[in-house]
Amino acid sequence: MLLRKKTACEKQRSSMCLKLPDSIILRTIVHSVIQVSGLRKTYGRTVAVEEVSFEVNDGEIFGLIGPNGAGKTTTMECIEGLRKPDRGTISVLGLDPFRQIYKLQHRIGVQLQEAQLQKRIKVWEAMDLWASLYQKKAVDADHLLEQLGLTDKREAWFMNLSGGQKQRLFIALALINDPELVFLDELTTGLDPQSRRAIWDLVCNIRDRGKTVFLTTHLMEEAERLCDRVAIIEHGRIIDIDSPERLVGRHCPERTVIVATDDPMAEERFRSIPGVDAVTSTDMRLMIRGRGEDLVTEVIRCLSENRMRVTDFRTILPNLEDVFLKLTGHSIRE
Amino acid sequence: MMLLGLWKLTWIEIKIFLREPLGAFGTIGFPVLFFLLVGRAANRRLQAPAAASSSFMRVDLPVFASLLIAVSAVLSLVTIISIYREGGILKRLRATPLRPQTILIAHVIVKLMLTASTLALMVVAGKRYYPAGVHVPLFSFTIALLISTWSILSIGFLIASIVPTARFAQPIGAAILYPMFAVSGLFVPIQSLPPVLHAVTRVLPLTYAVPLLQGIWSGDAWSTHLGNVAALALVFVAYTALSAKVFRWE
Ligand SMILES: Nc1ncnc2c1ncn2[C@@H]1O[C@H](COP(=O)(O)OP(=O)(O)OP(=O)(O)O)[C@@H](O)[C@H]1O
Ligand SMILES: [Mg+2]
Repeated sequence: MLLRKKTACEKQRSSMCLKLPDSIILRTIVHSVIQVSGLRKTYGRTVAVEEVSFEVNDGEIFGLIGPNGAGKTTTMECIEGLRKPDRGTISVLGLDPFRQIYKLQHRIGVQLQEAQLQKRIKVWEAMDLWASLYQKKAVDADHLLEQLGLTDKREAWFMNLSGGQKQRLFIALALINDPELVFLDELTTGLDPQSRRAIWDLVCNIRDRGKTVFLTTHLMEEAERLCDRVAIIEHGRIIDIDSPERLVGRHCPERTVIVATDDPMAEERFRSIPGVDAVTSTDMRLMIRGRGEDLVTEVIRCLSENRMRVTDFRTILPNLEDVFLKLTGHSIRE
Repeated sequence: MMLLGLWKLTWIEIKIFLREPLGAFGTIGFPVLFFLLVGRAANRRLQAPAAASSSFMRVDLPVFASLLIAVSAVLSLVTIISIYREGGILKRLRATPLRPQTILIAHVIVKLMLTASTLALMVVAGKRYYPAGVHVPLFSFTIALLISTWSILSIGFLIASIVPTARFAQPIGAAILYPMFAVSGLFVPIQSLPPVLHAVTRVLPLTYAVPLLQGIWSGDAWSTHLGNVAALALVFVAYTALSAKVFRWE
């Protein structure tokens, strides 16, 4: 059992999400809703998932990130009970997803990476069918469609929806039973920036109502904005798991500050700042490379103490993308 | 709980089927048209009384046309299942509390209803060329046809399990299902087939469906055909068990 502190600053990362007032600090005993240990899954000779173990905590947004073919979908679908693992144990909401799949399916919502519906099924018919399948009373389907911007597509056939509209319909279907745990596989693939933001809002909303979200994504920005914790997976193995900030802090402590100044002493002064590794200059610009959280503060202090005239000031901070690059040796898009 | 969502899914599948005009015409229109054209041609060549009295026109042709209805319904099931599998629709439906068997049963119901309504259409449309005079127990015949269709559907599931892609579903299905007519006993008596084929016919549902339908059409009592009904049920169980083993959902 873990003591987990949910603070406002943890949420501030995402400007999209509701910010809790500082005074509200929830101290809750967190239990995990998903436990995976020693998961392995092969397809013929292809080893899709080699050795995967992790836990997802109640009430968090957990992200699985990794390049194409890393084993994200396979892992997720084993957890959903749709694929049978070769080895390893999985427990979801205290249930065995393979043997107790029907029990489990009433409590979870699932959005698959590549799915279709009947070509000529209407949007409202799909919502209606899904709503009738769950023991629990379904949420208001029309409200859900409205939230996802599909109200005027109610009568449209599935085949006539655009890619992004189909995606949004699948998200609506995943949420129709107000699930305790939602699985979203590549939730914003094919969405325009506007819909993407709307969906991010929706996902934050789900978490803020105390539900758990397990998602996969290629988009580092998405992972950074949404996820409380992420697991980086490559070649069927998990390389590291933590919150995006801590992953960045741990693997990419480098900071870069770019200052444009005509002060002749600048370079020398910057070099003496603790934590600075290198200062290089091009034209009037100085690039200060160093490490540690305090580097930016130290540079600003140095500027003000010496009353230096500055015409430009920029910082380059590493993000998950850099962590990924560092851990795997290549960019996620390669 | 087992069949949760069955009626809603069935109703939606019926609506979806009707929204596809070509598919609906292919499965309903083709057997009816066949029946009408043959009837018309035969009427032209033979004197009306002769047409009415020939055993082929009286019994075998309606039975053949009815079985065509059944087989084209089965064929459309094979196609739909393989399209649903290829498109990930089956997988998407399975990721809900819908049971797999519920999904399949919904399709079976749709196909049985389709068979019954095509038969009705054929009877109405055929009145002109197949003058009344033969008293046919239509209700019993419909039941017999539905039993036969149900049994043939199990082969449909087996075919749906083995076809690699949706594109091949229709041709492979047709290549397996239509030749069954040749050894069904409708055109050549089963006894006169070579021994190998004779053995094969034992595991084919048409072998039992043909005498059942012929008998019921001619007014036999159900009690004389219990053996055929039992054989059809047995065939159904065997193929269903087999396809449950090899069926792929994605
Ligand atoms: N049904 C399948 N049959 C055979 N191989 C498969 C199957 N599904 C996945 N694989 C293989 O397993 C590996 C992992 O696939 P998976 O779909 O889990 O990756 P992913 O991380 O979800 O990738 P993506 O980002 O492209 O969605 C890949 O090499 C893939 O080719
Ligand atoms: Mg995937």
